[in-house]
Amino acid sequence: MTTARAAAILLAKELRLEFRTRELLNATIVFALIVVVLFSFAFDPTAGESRRYGPGLLWIAFLFAGSLMLHPSFGREQANQTLDALRMAPVSPFAILLGKMLANLLFLLVAEVILVPVFAVLYNVSLAGIVGRLILVFVLGTLGLVVTGTVFSAIAAHARMRELLLPLLLLPILAPLLIAAVEATASLFAEQPALDRAWLAFLAGFDIVFLTASWLLCDFLLEE
Amino acid sequence: MNRSAGFPMKSRITSRAIAAALIFFAGYAALFIAPDEATMHQIQRIFYFHLGCWMAMFTALSIALVANISWLVTRKPKWDWLGVSAVEVGVVSCTAGLATGVLWGKPAWGIWWTWDARLTTAFILWLLYISYLLLRGLIEEPQRRATLSAVFGIFAFLDAPLVYASNRLWRTQHPAPVIFGGPDAGLNPTMGKVLVICIAAMLFVAILALVDRYRLERLRHEFDELRVAADARDSGSPSALIASSAKDSI
Repeated sequence: MTTARAAAILLAKELRLEFRTRELLNATIVFALIVVVLFSFAFDPTAGESRRYGPGLLWIAFLFAGSLMLHPSFGREQANQTLDALRMAPVSPFAILLGKMLANLLFLLVAEVILVPVFAVLYNVSLAGIVGRLILVFVLGTLGLVVTGTVFSAIAAHARMRELLLPLLLLPILAPLLIAAVEATASLFAEQPALDRAWLAFLAGFDIVFLTASWLLCDFLLEE
Repeated sequence: MNRSAGFPMKSRITSRAIAAALIFFAGYAALFIAPDEATMHQIQRIFYFHLGCWMAMFTALSIALVANISWLVTRKPKWDWLGVSAVEVGVVSCTAGLATGVLWGKPAWGIWWTWDARLTTAFILWLLYISYLLLRGLIEEPQRRATLSAVFGIFAFLDAPLVYASNRLWRTQHPAPVIFGGPDAGLNPTMGKVLVICIAAMLFVAILALVDRYRLERLRHEFDELRVAADARDSGSPSALIASSAKDSI
């Protein structure tokens, strides 16, 4: 079986598992919404200020939500030792990792599709005319988040205090991604929307570096 | 088996004496031999140690990367011991570098801290390697701890250039490289010599700390093995049962 086919099967399994209950997705959306709402109480921004701080707020909300929602990705396999069963399957470890990454990417993107319009309404930011470019920025940024996040979820699953450990491992490593994603989003929210190619290239570079690293290291990550 | 093999008492005393002498001489050179700097005057003398801290950090973290990769490839416990020792020395050097930088920043720039590329990179590196040490403390099983922390260590090292590049694109205040920074750059020859002495002294101390920490890690490992062996040997005998049940009740 090819890696792509195995990853697709595992992706289907993750989606089936999640859409039976949708508990992870619901919790993620509500959590990110709470962060967005609390921010407006904490800073009471005017229209100009929300255009300036909005991108940072959005990405902080997604980074925090991601660092919480990515834990069950491997943590959920602990309860019945189902990861051992997955490892016994005749598929490459990278397929297991890739299936989970794609599932997490999809979950976070769904959360973003729901939350970004809500944010636009609450903070009076117009999305007209920038939707396509915004999707590009969010896909590249979210991909970097889930690639590192899924790998660290596999690491944290074997530790004590794993729910707390994952944000500790994940958030500092995402610092460059946060800067690039916020700057790219800010240039789209500006009065004269423009796609910042330098930051977009940086996001793509971040994704490639860590995707390659997780491909090279996944054997060690998932070994017994 | 010789428990302190490879690093006998006599050479430990000698190496400490050399380190003390080097640090003393480096301090003297930085404070009294190095010429006065044109714009910052006396304050600039902290630079010799500031740079020394960063050199020690880069050396230690590079050793940690090599150790992490070597552990994954060879699975020899010594690479795991080296990895954790190097990260600890790197974190301490990073802390010293940040502290001397903050002390220097206030009189030189008028502010303690700024979110410049190099400062931010150092700070994020510090956080990342603290997380590495936290991670190690939270995984019980030695093999797994070694492997997973090695993977995280490699990820952390890969992140460093990305943090630097992102902040470089964003904003920067730290001075452009003076020493290797192009035709106008350069250092007074005496300053250069003092700098070399200070860097050598800091590196020597860092390596010494690393070797000591490595020995400690190895002794811990040997202690654990001996304890397991002793437990296995004693199990079954009545006194061991009493001892183990007494331990359980505590």
